[in-house]
Amino acid sequence: MALLDVHHVNSGYGEMTILRDISMRVDAGEVVTLIGPNGAGKSTLLKTIFGLLMPTEGRIRFGDADITGLTPPALVRRGMSFVPQVDNVFPSLTVQENLEMGAFVRGDGFAGRLEEMYTFFPALRLKRKQRVGGLSGGERQMVAMGRALMLDPRLLLLDEPSAGLSPRLVGMVFEKIAEINQAGVALLIVEQNARQALRLSHRGYVLAGGQVRLEGKGDQLLSDEEVGRLYLGGRR
Amino acid sequence: MTELLVYGVVLGGIMALGAIGLTLLYGVLRFAHFAHGDLMTLGAYVVLLLNVELLPALGMPELKWWPLSFGGRMLGSLVVSMGVTVLVALLIDRILYHPLRARRSSPAILAIASLGMAFILRSLIYIIWGPQFLFYSQELRPAWVLPLDVRLKPDQVFILVMVLILVLLLYLFLQRTKLGKAMRATADNPQLALVCGIDTAHVTAWTWGIGAALAAAAGVLYGIDAQLRPDMGWSFLLPLFAAVILGGIGSPLGALVGGIILGVVQQVSTAFLLPTYKPAVAFLVLILLLFVRPRGLFGGT
Repeated sequence: MALLDVHHVNSGYGEMTILRDISMRVDAGEVVTLIGPNGAGKSTLLKTIFGLLMPTEGRIRFGDADITGLTPPALVRRGMSFVPQVDNVFPSLTVQENLEMGAFVRGDGFAGRLEEMYTFFPALRLKRKQRVGGLSGGERQMVAMGRALMLDPRLLLLDEPSAGLSPRLVGMVFEKIAEINQAGVALLIVEQNARQALRLSHRGYVLAGGQVRLEGKGDQLLSDEEVGRLYLGGRR
Repeated sequence: MTELLVYGVVLGGIMALGAIGLTLLYGVLRFAHFAHGDLMTLGAYVVLLLNVELLPALGMPELKWWPLSFGGRMLGSLVVSMGVTVLVALLIDRILYHPLRARRSSPAILAIASLGMAFILRSLIYIIWGPQFLFYSQELRPAWVLPLDVRLKPDQVFILVMVLILVLLLYLFLQRTKLGKAMRATADNPQLALVCGIDTAHVTAWTWGIGAALAAAAGVLYGIDAQLRPDMGWSFLLPLFAAVILGGIGSPLGALVGGIILGVVQQVSTAFLLPTYKPAVAFLVLILLLFVRPRGLFGGT
């Protein structure tokens, strides 16, 4: 059964429609990657699902409820989290305070979860009293992901989690994504490193011009000639 | 000279209370709140209304706390005045700034709207109380003579203690409480605060509350130290902005330090210059510091 079901959605910024008649889904426990050229509407789709943009047409369902038009606080309570591509940490807050903000809607009683996050990202434990502004790019990405995991979401939306990181750190991020998925969290990922992302994905969608052009299993898309030529580019 | 330094800390502490509110409001709401000085004036006149005009007429005596020139009735009026000023600020936000935010108006529109609100508040005070100087108490109390020939009035010690208590309470609020942390988070990155599920409307209301309460306290403390005039807060406005910028915009600690530095510099300058030049000296210091640290003392994280 679909955990997330996007049904014929149109969306965009103000008068400008970017997504046209998008339908896609994420099943419980699945990793789904969105690939496509710049401007295809991948980030717009994530923002629309997370309630930062309002669909002008269509419905979005999450679990067994219609979530069309709900705001982020309501979605966070229902078990959805989002890590934006940029500005995804609070730089003047400490590592621990950043993680606490991830559990804001819960109130108290997240000490155990905090401990789990430090076990999952051991590098953060040592720096928990430090301001995130002074951390490296890789550490900041860990803080951003840890923050989004604080409420143990059913679905995690990641917008370009490997952007701007060194190849070694990109590998680390994908390892963590696989581990998060093994813990039962479904993920919907927008990623430029399309090959690496598709390799660990159950399914993928190719977006272009605000529409779904292709849908398939991760390895199917990887071996598809046209996808390879158009979207996986000259990269390895 | 030492005496001017001490007076500067008193003035600086008062300015810091105003500047901290201004910097918090800027951090969370992203606009320069030009009516902040006039919230100080409002707070000061509410105490005048209660403690000088209303409560004595109702036959409520002031039991003075020796050696201060006032007592518990004054302190009670101060607390009520902070509450009244908070309510006024929330009401203004509801009828003026909230509709502008809902229409996604630019920060410049909000700042100009607040400038208009500053004129309205000041004019109302002119209409009700008139333009003349007014005093909480004209009674002369002997100053204490401290080492280094520093004369300090007991009332001024009270002002310093009050500033210290309020700053400490604010620090504990911002560092230890969930709401305080959410306020810092919202100032840091409003979009991400929303993504975390933080109720930004709630945070906005609390920011107004804290900003207005501190402004009212600053106005009353200035009234205790000096006198009340309808333009008292307005004349504080530019030095308050200077303190905010000096400390680094958005940093409450910066606003505290900036306020005290500017208070001291302004007072000490009167040893060499006419008091009329006080604001000019404040801005000279600001310009010099910005050459060295363009983002202010505690800015730039």
